[in-house]
Amino acid sequence: MYPIIRLILDTPAPREAPPEADSSLRTLRQRLGAEVLGSFAGALTIRHVDAGSCNGCELEIHALNNAYYNLEALGMRFVASPRHADLLLVTGPVSAHMRTALLRTFDATPEPKLVVALGDCGCTGGVFGNSYASFGAVSNVIPVDVAVPGCPPSPRALLAGILAAIAPGS
Amino acid sequence: MVLELPEDQPSFPDLSRVFPGALRQQRAMADLLGIAAEGCVDQRPWLRHGAWAQGVHPLRRDFPAATPPLEAAADYRFVRVAGEGVHEIPVGPVHAGTIEPGHFRFSVVGERVLRLEQHLGYTHKGIEKRFEGLDLTQGARLAGRVSGDSTVAFAWAFCLAAEGAAAQAAPARAAWLRALALERERVANHLGDLGFLGNDAGLGVGLAHFSRIKEDWLRTNEQVFGHRYLMDFVVPGGVARDLPQPALAVLRAELQTVESQVGRLQALYDEHPGLQDRLVGTGVVSPGLARQLGLCGLAGRASGQGFDLRVQAPAPPYDRLAVRMATATDGDVAARVALRFQEIQESLRLLRDLLPSLPVGPLREEAPRLGDGVLGLGQVEGWRGPVLMALEAGPGGSLRRVHPQDPSWLNWPALEHAIIGNIVPDFPLINKSFNLSYSGVDL
Repeated sequence: MYPIIRLILDTPAPREAPPEADSSLRTLRQRLGAEVLGSFAGALTIRHVDAGSCNGCELEIHALNNAYYNLEALGMRFVASPRHADLLLVTGPVSAHMRTALLRTFDATPEPKLVVALGDCGCTGGVFGNSYASFGAVSNVIPVDVAVPGCPPSPRALLAGILAAIAPGS
Repeated sequence: MVLELPEDQPSFPDLSRVFPGALRQQRAMADLLGIAAEGCVDQRPWLRHGAWAQGVHPLRRDFPAATPPLEAAADYRFVRVAGEGVHEIPVGPVHAGTIEPGHFRFSVVGERVLRLEQHLGYTHKGIEKRFEGLDLTQGARLAGRVSGDSTVAFAWAFCLAAEGAAAQAAPARAAWLRALALERERVANHLGDLGFLGNDAGLGVGLAHFSRIKEDWLRTNEQVFGHRYLMDFVVPGGVARDLPQPALAVLRAELQTVESQVGRLQALYDEHPGLQDRLVGTGVVSPGLARQLGLCGLAGRASGQGFDLRVQAPAPPYDRLAVRMATATDGDVAARVALRFQEIQESLRLLRDLLPSLPVGPLREEAPRLGDGVLGLGQVEGWRGPVLMALEAGPGGSLRRVHPQDPSWLNWPALEHAIIGNIVPDFPLINKSFNLSYSGVDL
């Protein structure tokens, strides 16, 4: 126990201020009214769905939980079930084999809900595009509120996208 | 080796009876190319779930890449375990954590796992078909996205294949910089996984500290290489850019900091009885089984399989670095954790050797020009294990066929064995100790 306490005391917390919401990433007109968004009060539960990604975006999603970005301190956290989620964070071009799972996850998420598509693949299909095995952009399968480009997008870009999804009136 | 097959009914003798690790790739080949393994008992589809019809083979030349996918769902015949008190736990494809999708079917009695059967192929996005007709620059970009956590390894293996096919080699400075990038990729992944391994055994402080160290490491990548994960740094003929001069000092200083921080966490992990209790004896793959299954890379070395391309087939600059390979024989989670710590320390040593000896000279030569029909093969020891790229050139220097081979093909089946007799709650820990690629084998 003692070495753990020493380690914690010795290490300064490198927390950084979060970025501003980037409303230019919005793809749909605000579907949820200011009133509904206000009721989240900044507290948001997120369910990640890998719909066919190369695992690059997943690494940056992990990074959101590190001490620098400290997502939980902003009132947001990842949950294990779509039934507990307010927002779906979807990566990858949607592979044909993940389409059903993505639709079911979307249906299992209670209203009101938000969808953020992540990465060049989530936005457009990226290097994988549309093919016999890929439906390309996430918006080809479920409605997307905010799309964050990048390969992979940096944790700050990702955070700016999530904040845009819940910023009322953007 | 070239095997000519009859056009009307292409097949070859079943290899899986001799090499059990060949089974899934045989099934994938039957799905994608319609070439069957004669006499193999398991003829179930592997990569084809329902996106294309039975009897249709997307990797055949007459199959247009733009064919829209079918929206059919296919049923998969899992092997059923029967007996008193046996029940099944289906998990996935969408997992509870932030990881790639796949399906695991556990047959259990109480908490004890009798059998695990994996069903992968969910992230199949037609990568091999996508390579058709690309030029080498586009090919390297796609290769770097076969498995995003191993982008340097895949891009380098692809470039080695292309350069080898054109009988040329990247300039010495480029080879050095590629190795610098590859070792940084290895360290980044081990840092991340060691954090999650601590966390999966209830030691949250491990995750907090390892992910902070990893973030610092990635920020240095951004500063020095212009990309946190080093994507598109390795290009055909060399590397995309040089390091700015002050970068060398930054990189050198960082090695010292990381070495001492990791050393402190290693002492913490090694001396934490509660953590060791979860790691020791959990998820064992014995050396005998590992040999039989062809377990490779990091997981193989933790089960007594002493193979590392950097040692046995060192491409420049590894031929001058004398990599010290770490091995263990326990084959449990503890061995795989210990090996990751040792491989971080060894990579830091290699980086320390590489930095002062960066050769001067050009960063890249003109991209190789490939003649129609030439074949190329490239292999690189990525952080998971050996990454192989095979390519065949088409007309005008384009790519006719590219096959990326991730070490996970051979290691996934070993995970099915490693979990037998363990309890369900230890699965995430065992799984993470291998951390195999889904995208890299679903292609």
